Amino acid sequence: MATKKVEQLEQVIIRFAGDSGDGMQLTGDRFTSETATLGNDLATFPDFPAEIRAPAGSLPGVSGFQVHFADHDILTAGDRPDVLVAMNPAALKTNLGDLPKGATIIVNTDAFGDRTLKKAGYEESPLADGSLDDYHLHEVALTSMTVGALKGIEGITPREAERSKNFFALGLMSWLYHRPVEGTIAFIERKFAKRPEIVEANTRAFRAGWNYGETSEDFAISYEVAPAPLAPGTYRQITGNTALSYGLIAASKLSGLPLFLGAYPITPASSILEELAGRKEFGVVTFQAEDEIAAVGAAVGASFGGALGVTASAGPGVVLKAETVGLAIALELPLLILDIQRAGPSTGMPTKPEQADLLMVLFGRNGESPVPVVAASSPSQCFEAAIEAARIALKYRTPVYLLSDAYLANGSEPWLIPDVADLPDISTGFAEPGNGPFDPFRRDPDTLARPWAIPGTPGLEHRIGGLEKADVTGAISYDPDNHDLMVRLRARKVAGIATDIPELELDDPDGDAELLVIGWGSTYGPIAAGVRRVRKRGLRVARAHLHHLNPFPSNTGEVLRRYPKVLVPEMNLGQLALLLRAEFLVDAVSYTRVRGRPLGAAELEEAITTMVEGT
Amino acid sequence: MSGNGLVQLTAKDFKSDQEVRWCPGCGDYAILAGVQSFLPELGVPRENLVFVSGIGCAARFPYYMETYGMHSIHGRAPAIATGLATARPDLSVWVVTGDGDALSIGGNHLIHALRRNVDITILLFNNRIYGLTKGQYSPTSELGKVTKSTPLGSVDQPFHPLSIAIGAEATFVARAIDTDKQGSLEVLRAAAQHRGAAFVEVLQNCNIYNDGAFDTVREEKDNRLYLRAGEEVRWGDKGVRMRPDGTLEIVDASVGGLLRHDPLRDDPGLAFALARLTWESAGAVPLGVFRSVSRPVYEDLVHEQVRTSVEQRGEGDLATLLHGADTWSIS
Repeated sequence: MATKKVEQLEQVIIRFAGDSGDGMQLTGDRFTSETATLGNDLATFPDFPAEIRAPAGSLPGVSGFQVHFADHDILTAGDRPDVLVAMNPAALKTNLGDLPKGATIIVNTDAFGDRTLKKAGYEESPLADGSLDDYHLHEVALTSMTVGALKGIEGITPREAERSKNFFALGLMSWLYHRPVEGTIAFIERKFAKRPEIVEANTRAFRAGWNYGETSEDFAISYEVAPAPLAPGTYRQITGNTALSYGLIAASKLSGLPLFLGAYPITPASSILEELAGRKEFGVVTFQAEDEIAAVGAAVGASFGGALGVTASAGPGVVLKAETVGLAIALELPLLILDIQRAGPSTGMPTKPEQADLLMVLFGRNGESPVPVVAASSPSQCFEAAIEAARIALKYRTPVYLLSDAYLANGSEPWLIPDVADLPDISTGFAEPGNGPFDPFRRDPDTLARPWAIPGTPGLEHRIGGLEKADVTGAISYDPDNHDLMVRLRARKVAGIATDIPELELDDPDGDAELLVIGWGSTYGPIAAGVRRVRKRGLRVARAHLHHLNPFPSNTGEVLRRYPKVLVPEMNLGQLALLLRAEFLVDAVSYTRVRGRPLGAAELEEAITTMVEGT
Repeated sequence: MSGNGLVQLTAKDFKSDQEVRWCPGCGDYAILAGVQSFLPELGVPRENLVFVSGIGCAARFPYYMETYGMHSIHGRAPAIATGLATARPDLSVWVVTGDGDALSIGGNHLIHALRRNVDITILLFNNRIYGLTKGQYSPTSELGKVTKSTPLGSVDQPFHPLSIAIGAEATFVARAIDTDKQGSLEVLRAAAQHRGAAFVEVLQNCNIYNDGAFDTVREEKDNRLYLRAGEEVRWGDKGVRMRPDGTLEIVDASVGGLLRHDPLRDDPGLAFALARLTWESAGAVPLGVFRSVSRPVYEDLVHEQVRTSVEQRGEGDLATLLHGADTWSIS
């Protein structure tokens, strides 16, 4: 057999798509791990339905996992896949529109029977009617070859044998892109340790897929993507919710306070509760509450007792917490509220990303109730965002919102693991017994934070509550001037944090750009990728990304006013743009898409170009 | 100073400097005084006591206590207290609530705190009316009750607070009357000593919006049926007997065969049956401890898991956590 040709590629975007029950998330995850081990830079975007098992073969039941890997640093999971692995007709149909002409499609022909075709709404098989002529189509009998490879294994049902087909697909893709296989074999042994026959089946299917690539004439070329020259250090792959969870544990260690998480299961935040529930050796207490309100209420109670109180949810849950957040504002106690945003309103699209909760967390409470807001910008950045949010909450005795979204939550990327010794000290003192009466609202003159006096401290017995408090003493007060003072003090305290956060970092290589693109949250990658593209074409464009949404960094106005044109891409209808226009009187222009998907680099390239070239 | 070197506290030590702002004649005054005079005997240092409340007349209670306290938001006190007690098992955490706060807007939190058996003591002041909002009917108001929001009479079936507590797997359930000093003291003592969630309904008179709601037992003391462990369930010349089918009947006490009260009984059926006796159905109102059983305490179990995890895996190391299982290095 002639040696097959090997081509070098700079980057590849692969999308695995199949039925919800086909194991596409697992397949994508394993391929990503292999890719990470190889040293490519990478970004992933799992995209799956909210239904656990939508009707088999139906269009809404399609689950996808996209991975983008490269020999250079990349910023997004990619706009349009170079390769689609479609496990059934529905997966082909729902994803074909995203493929550029000339893309490679690998289909499981065994799944293209009359019934499944009809379920996907195909009158005729797309494999036969010429509709895929513009693509490189590989027709692979994945299921039957898998079942064939598994013959003779005792103790597995025919259905279980069929279910190993995702490992066949993974094996084939691993061969096609020269991925190391040892990690996956070890993974299979670990994951299915309780059923040796399943270990055998999946391992055999995986190897059969690899061997099929090696021997089949259908695959004449395989590809290599060299490792990316990333900064030296030790890396791991991490998703946003894992990074957030680790950030919370780190914040607990760095503050010396026990972590208390109150949460109610909700997509896409549940994995934070699950992750932390398994980390009790860090002294973490997780409380799965009866509802979202109890979850945040318990966190406030824990915080009153001197713990790092945290609650994690998504929009429909966060909105229920609003009254309790208002209480924490009035009590002036530290509290973290994580909002893993998803498409709304109401239940919306639970598994799909959006960033439309910004105005809610800023303003969605009764009364003048200022609250700091921190937003994470990439999966791994969630780690430091969590520590930063905790730092602010503890230092200023205030609830802090931390915004992430479904893209960051489930997406992953390589993470240069920080040295624990380099992490900031965020410890804060409790009030200590003193002489004379205790004034629970006597503020620190610099931060305006009040003392945190926890139960168990003799002599500091005091009462706090949601009723307006007299300045200094904290006694109930209906005095008009006192209320005006307290409203302003609370506002000044939060506004003052601007001097305690990093200045807005400006990326303007030539210093003479005409257009500034500014964003926040998970649009970081797509915006940076879009800007990189237009710069390659010679356009002079500046870029900045906000990690603090309240207060804004102190130089934000100055940065904005430096540019004649300001573009604000967002996955909402212009919420940051509204704030920037209101606060800084700049003519910020919105670019908005709310499709429940990350923004694409190509569309941003186009939007930026149009704005630069426009009059 | 007492012999053990500790300052012997008195009721006065538990009075805060805040002026009490309940209406003159309100039943809450008696309850406040009762709690303040009981706490010294509890022996818990003042700094380890926390009173948490929601919203309503009863919810002002913490302001008047010289302990730690939080006047929170409507209905949520049991949730906040759960977080506090779980984070700080060393504290003695009390929830003070009312019929609207606990059974209407906060019903969910109440039942979950009870079933978890969080080590908190819940005092529910039941006056069968919304007082602070000036006289609308509450979830314990009787059918037909005419109030500002039910000018033609309430059509809502009322809750029986004790039935709810027992149904929610409460391990301690008791009832007292605001002005009944001795009865309240005994119930408070038993509730405070109970490990786990203790639920106490206090029949409390709102003399402004629902005056006389409990006169049949509050004023007519003959109608008080004090439940005492091991003793016959009886009052005056009447007693309670269990029929063969398990239901209760009121009989002349002289006929004998009366029910003996057993609050330790694990099965909640008897406590539930007793909780269903009302002045309307029985001509008397049972008071005292209906149920007091032992079950693992929520925060004990939570911290046991933490301890076990540390024992089995060693105290968590941050660097190890961050590295995880699969890393690669770039030099």
